[in-house]
Amino acid sequence: MSEVNLKAVRPYGDTLDDGIVQLSFTLPIPFGEEAKEAAKRWALQSGFQEPNISHAQDMGEGFSFFVVYARSRVTVDFTVIEVPQLTQVRLEKRQIELRIREEVRRKLVVVGACIESDAHTVGIDAIMNMKGYNGHKGLESYHEVEAYNLGAQVSCEDLLAKAVSVSADAILISQVVTQKDIHLRNLTRMVEILELEGLRERFLLICGGPRLSYELAKELGYDAGFGTGTYAEDVAGFVLEAVLRQRI
Amino acid sequence: MLTYPYQERKLNLNPALIDEARTLAKEIVAEVKPFIISHSTVSVERAVLRLLGIDGVNSEGIPLPNLVVEHLQEEGLLAEGSARTLTRAFIHYGKSPQSLAEGIEQGTIRLTELPDFPEEVIENTARALALPAVAKIRAQRQARRAMLAQGEGIEPYLYVIVATGDIYEDVVQARAAARQGADIIAVIRSTGQSLLDYVPYGPTTEGFGGTYATQANFRIMRAALDEVGKELGRYIRLTNYASGLCMPEIAAMGALERLDVMLNDSMYGIIFRDINMQRTFVDQYFSRMINGFAGIIINTGEDNYLTTADAMEAAHTVLASNFINAEFAFLSGVPEEQQGLGHAMEINPDVPDAFLYEMAQAQLVREVFPRSPIKYMPPTKHMTGNIFRGHIQDALFNVASVLTGQSIHLLGMLTEAIHTPLIQDRALSLEAARLVFGVLRHMGEEITFKAEGRIQKRAVETLEKAVGMLRDIEKIGLFMALERGMFADISRSLEGGRGLDGVFAKGADYLNPFIRLLGAETEGREAFESSAMGGERDV
Repeated sequence: MSEVNLKAVRPYGDTLDDGIVQLSFTLPIPFGEEAKEAAKRWALQSGFQEPNISHAQDMGEGFSFFVVYARSRVTVDFTVIEVPQLTQVRLEKRQIELRIREEVRRKLVVVGACIESDAHTVGIDAIMNMKGYNGHKGLESYHEVEAYNLGAQVSCEDLLAKAVSVSADAILISQVVTQKDIHLRNLTRMVEILELEGLRERFLLICGGPRLSYELAKELGYDAGFGTGTYAEDVAGFVLEAVLRQRI
Repeated sequence: MLTYPYQERKLNLNPALIDEARTLAKEIVAEVKPFIISHSTVSVERAVLRLLGIDGVNSEGIPLPNLVVEHLQEEGLLAEGSARTLTRAFIHYGKSPQSLAEGIEQGTIRLTELPDFPEEVIENTARALALPAVAKIRAQRQARRAMLAQGEGIEPYLYVIVATGDIYEDVVQARAAARQGADIIAVIRSTGQSLLDYVPYGPTTEGFGGTYATQANFRIMRAALDEVGKELGRYIRLTNYASGLCMPEIAAMGALERLDVMLNDSMYGIIFRDINMQRTFVDQYFSRMINGFAGIIINTGEDNYLTTADAMEAAHTVLASNFINAEFAFLSGVPEEQQGLGHAMEINPDVPDAFLYEMAQAQLVREVFPRSPIKYMPPTKHMTGNIFRGHIQDALFNVASVLTGQSIHLLGMLTEAIHTPLIQDRALSLEAARLVFGVLRHMGEEITFKAEGRIQKRAVETLEKAVGMLRDIEKIGLFMALERGMFADISRSLEGGRGLDGVFAKGADYLNPFIRLLGAETEGREAFESSAMGGERDV
């Protein structure tokens, strides 16, 4: 195989630079030969080449679905890409507990909730509940962490009040529902309230959810953000490091 | 196609243990019953007002049932039941409940200085005011029966959700889903509706993660599904959620608008929405009474236990809760044939033999509740965003469902964990399920499980643990069991959670005509049964 030109990268199927992509989408037009032609033209006009409509299907009610393979000549320069990300190493629960005991020398206090309209506690529970997720025990199981999971649909104000009353080190916010970007609005509201109260610097502010990332979280004014595949250790490790950093 | 009751006995379960579980559950529920029947709530009273014909909102958008109940509360009249005061006002002013409510809103009608009337007159009048709603619900039940006789899907029924936030967009998605093979359409509610202490009004086009449950939205979707169902020669069932703080009201609206399936759990709100347990127990009792009379299948929410608790370790809590939910249903007069008990396929697919354990659980619930239209929920917790892997996980779920004779099959979506379903997600999932159901149609009849094999052992063990759990609950009582977090690892307190301020003790002269008309073995139900037999009798 010839060398990849990292300054001009494009999709790969089975031959370098073949540019092959798979697409699937629905058009709001009745199924038929005209619909297939429309799908093909849409792909061409989107900049794809040699679109092959490998499958077309009637969705009913005047909608048609397509699976399309096509080539793309678009390239990206991989050498200039920088994405801010968490560089911390994943510690084990035992190590985290030990370091809190020996280096912080008090319990870490964490409050968490699904805020505002969000009723889906799967994420916050995976991180906080005793049992955790996928064999990774949650923060409630940590001897050296005082964890308060306030559950679903907690207002930003209530969450903040709780954080103040227990002198939390960190506030964890989970957002699962993302329709019409509701999660961004909710997350922004929390930051605004903290800033309004002059308390933004007092807490580590951390968000999590399937559509969140470290980068997005930073953009929203959070200290960190965690996406899918995060366990309690990741969050506890981050809080530990940050608390220790603040002490220097 | 499944014939009821389910006849297969593949797990070598001990019938004495199942009987014991039922008896324990009955005792657990019996202990809560005195509290339930001696209390009412603001939402029960609002449901009564809705059934008496009060609807609409004031200029600020506050629903009239809320305004009337608040007014009664302020005047100290609520303990006698909203029906009593409304009936007295009806006799005195000679105006319909709707005009009375409007008058109360405008301040032209006062409920504090009503003359009293003989008890017999009040009761008879209340009953007469209640009858139109009873007749309407009965007519809807008969209409459903007639339409089902024209044609319906075969079990496992394919159940899909629509969740665009806009009822008119939902209609497009739902009609397309019906054409793609769906038997049941559930309109997911906007996130947060369960905690509203009122029901929004009118058609709605803005919601998050779902569409508001309103009576107008129910009507719009019902009409759309009736139309497409007629064309397809297959009745399309409609599902919504009688859960949260407005359980009884939503049940009333659903019964009037001919919904067919209602999420209506006895404990879900307590556990997952932190709604106060006293409030929930009273609310679920009346809402299930309405659903029972309306012929609506209730779905319970045990499938969700395993989204927070581990499916391997907590499988027995699902079964134990199923027993309790079934007994609460009986208490409200919901027969087994309408008890759509929920359970789920949620074991981590990385666990070796995960599928065998899933089969064991699904077969267990099927055999223990042979007459119930049990509802099976697909993998959700272990869906990752890898749609290709997800499609396979859903296919395994489809296999488990058809092999174990599930009744209501909530379809897994390959895009679970990414977004609410797009039109093609639903189509692909429906196509996959129909493929699997088709090629394995009678496979369940062809296989038995090895004696003392992994599947049998797992099922027997789960049943034993469920019975053990029920014994523990029976000792400490259901309230305490919830406090200790015995379900889904979530602990709730007797006085905690939302909505406790809406619970009140019934006064000595409390009146709610619907309890007699809709409850188990009531005149209304008898009248329905006799009219269903062909003889029309005026209730």
